[in-house]
Amino acid sequence: MAVLVDEHTRVVVQGITGSQGTFHTQQALAYGTKVVAGVTPGRGGEHHLGLPVFDTVAEAVVHTQANASVIFVPAAFAADAILEAADAGVPLVVCITELIPILDMLKVKAALQGTKTTLIGPNCPGIITPDACKIGIMPGSIHKSGVVGIVSRSGTLTYETVQQTTEAGLGQSTCIGIGGDPIHGMDFIDCLRLFEKDPKTKAMVMVGEIGGTDEEAAATFIKDNVKKPVVAYIAGVTAPPGKRMGHAGAIVQGGAGTAEGKFAALEAAGVATVRSPAMIGERLLELLKR
Amino acid sequence: MNLHEYQAKQLLSQYGVMVPDGLLATTAHEAESAARQLGGRVVVKAQIHSGGRGKAGGAKLADHPQFAAEAATAMLGTRLATKQTGPKGLPVSMVLVERAEPIAQELYLSLLLDRQSGRLCFVGSAAGGMDIEEVAASTPERITTVMVHPAAGFQPYQGRRLAQAMGLPGAEMGHFVSLAKALYACFVASDASLIEINPLALMHGGGLKALDAKIAIDDNALPRQKKLEAYRDPSQEDPREHEAAEHGISYVALDGDIGCMVNGAGLAMATMDVIQLSGGKPANFLDVGGGATAERVSQAFRLICSDPGVKAILINIFGGIVRCDLIAEGIIKAAAEIGLTVPLVVRLQGTNMDQGRRKLDDSGLAIISATTLPEAAEKVVSAARGAA
Repeated sequence: MAVLVDEHTRVVVQGITGSQGTFHTQQALAYGTKVVAGVTPGRGGEHHLGLPVFDTVAEAVVHTQANASVIFVPAAFAADAILEAADAGVPLVVCITELIPILDMLKVKAALQGTKTTLIGPNCPGIITPDACKIGIMPGSIHKSGVVGIVSRSGTLTYETVQQTTEAGLGQSTCIGIGGDPIHGMDFIDCLRLFEKDPKTKAMVMVGEIGGTDEEAAATFIKDNVKKPVVAYIAGVTAPPGKRMGHAGAIVQGGAGTAEGKFAALEAAGVATVRSPAMIGERLLELLKR
Repeated sequence: MNLHEYQAKQLLSQYGVMVPDGLLATTAHEAESAARQLGGRVVVKAQIHSGGRGKAGGAKLADHPQFAAEAATAMLGTRLATKQTGPKGLPVSMVLVERAEPIAQELYLSLLLDRQSGRLCFVGSAAGGMDIEEVAASTPERITTVMVHPAAGFQPYQGRRLAQAMGLPGAEMGHFVSLAKALYACFVASDASLIEINPLALMHGGGLKALDAKIAIDDNALPRQKKLEAYRDPSQEDPREHEAAEHGISYVALDGDIGCMVNGAGLAMATMDVIQLSGGKPANFLDVGGGATAERVSQAFRLICSDPGVKAILINIFGGIVRCDLIAEGIIKAAAEIGLTVPLVVRLQGTNMDQGRRKLDDSGLAIISATTLPEAAEKVVSAARGAA
């Protein structure tokens, strides 16, 4: 068991014929992910990387029973791509694309309410259940099937966390990168709830960063609902206020959204926090020994 | 991207928002004739990308055109430092000369993104002309928020609710609803990320005018907001941040002495944090981006080296999309071209890391390599101390 994706997940790649779509589809196939189709409008009927290409997601779903989609289309077309996948009834949509205008995501978020679609991202590395299914741009080789559920707003910082849990011999149940944008699909709470229920997951890591109040909300949720051990790290203690730190959502505004504030909220909720990402593995081992 | 006050007012008035009559001046002479043309009492306001200008001497009342010229002389060509800009301040190359009209009351109104609900949110308060963050902290009951559903858009009842909460007289309700509607239309059409009117003035004899205006545009939307791109004023941006942005690199200048180059925003922040934990101070935040190429790495390297405060450099790359051997090539190329004048610590992890490390080792460059992040941070901190 794991959460959201496993060896039965059937993936359709939106934007499969582009350079990013091609490269990461090759990587996913090599990892063993069941990629079943691609979508590129106007290229329907062709084959790419040995996979059938369709003009629309709806056709891909009908012909290949795809039940997850990954999006590599440029930012200007990403909102359309997400909504197309949702309209085709795809239950899980992973949007890798970054730099999507905020107002586009505002509409997407509202339109997804009441549908059966769960969105991961945008501006995220994707989701992976080691040795079963890799949807996204993470390097597969650093992962190892195991017991730690990881949820993170970052990309490369997630890989750091993954590597430590691999080196600690714990491995990962599923890793979810929820993305660095201010408006996004799944949040910390959605993921923590799934990990808490998942029998394979024995402990969780949440990697947050400055900006917004998602970590504070997660702290309250953990206090009331999570029994399994959680280790949390927040990036950006040294980030100056009022400056966007790379991610659109990583900004301290009006004294709100600081790393210190998030650490404090998590500690008040009884969550084990670490001040350096290098200590995540160690802290997990300690907690799991108890 | 931020707009100047005069640009924000131009844009808002296209949507029907009332603003004071005003003229832009780049010389004292222009300011004097602007004051004469407007007649009566004027206010001279320095145009920089910052709030808090009044307290910093960037807004002066003038009862005579000659005084307007004097106020402009005092501001133009200087750097104005406010609470928001830091001690270095921002250059003043323009002043806005506006007619100062008698007002009855100062209010606050803004429209921004509420991340939690995923909605645009109006924030209104009767406490105008003050630091709204202080108002929110000390007297939150004086602030009213209204969320707008993106499908329905702004509705007049929402404007009435705000007007009432802000204590506006009934006769002004209609004006206020039109104003809020205009703000919403401007926000959506311009892909704004913030519109703030502080103060919003209830005029003597009625009507509402934006005495000040701040607009920020969503950078992600600039490709489809070509017209607004013309509003960009590079003089208000850190030159290195501006150059970085042109190359697709996220860079934020800080005041430490350890230059950092990292791939990924989260890891870049974490790298800065670990440097601080090791007793050092980062000179910058720098994210070379997911699809970093050898070329981009070399540009980023150049950027870091152009900061005279940098005493040592840490490159921390975790290869996901990025291949470490390509990064190594970029580092070697840049170091060869620019010359390594300060110690360089490199940590490569992930895809093709062994090939990358081998390339660095074979390059003959004096590169200190590290495996873990704490190790890299300790090495760069001690290297910076040695160089100091």
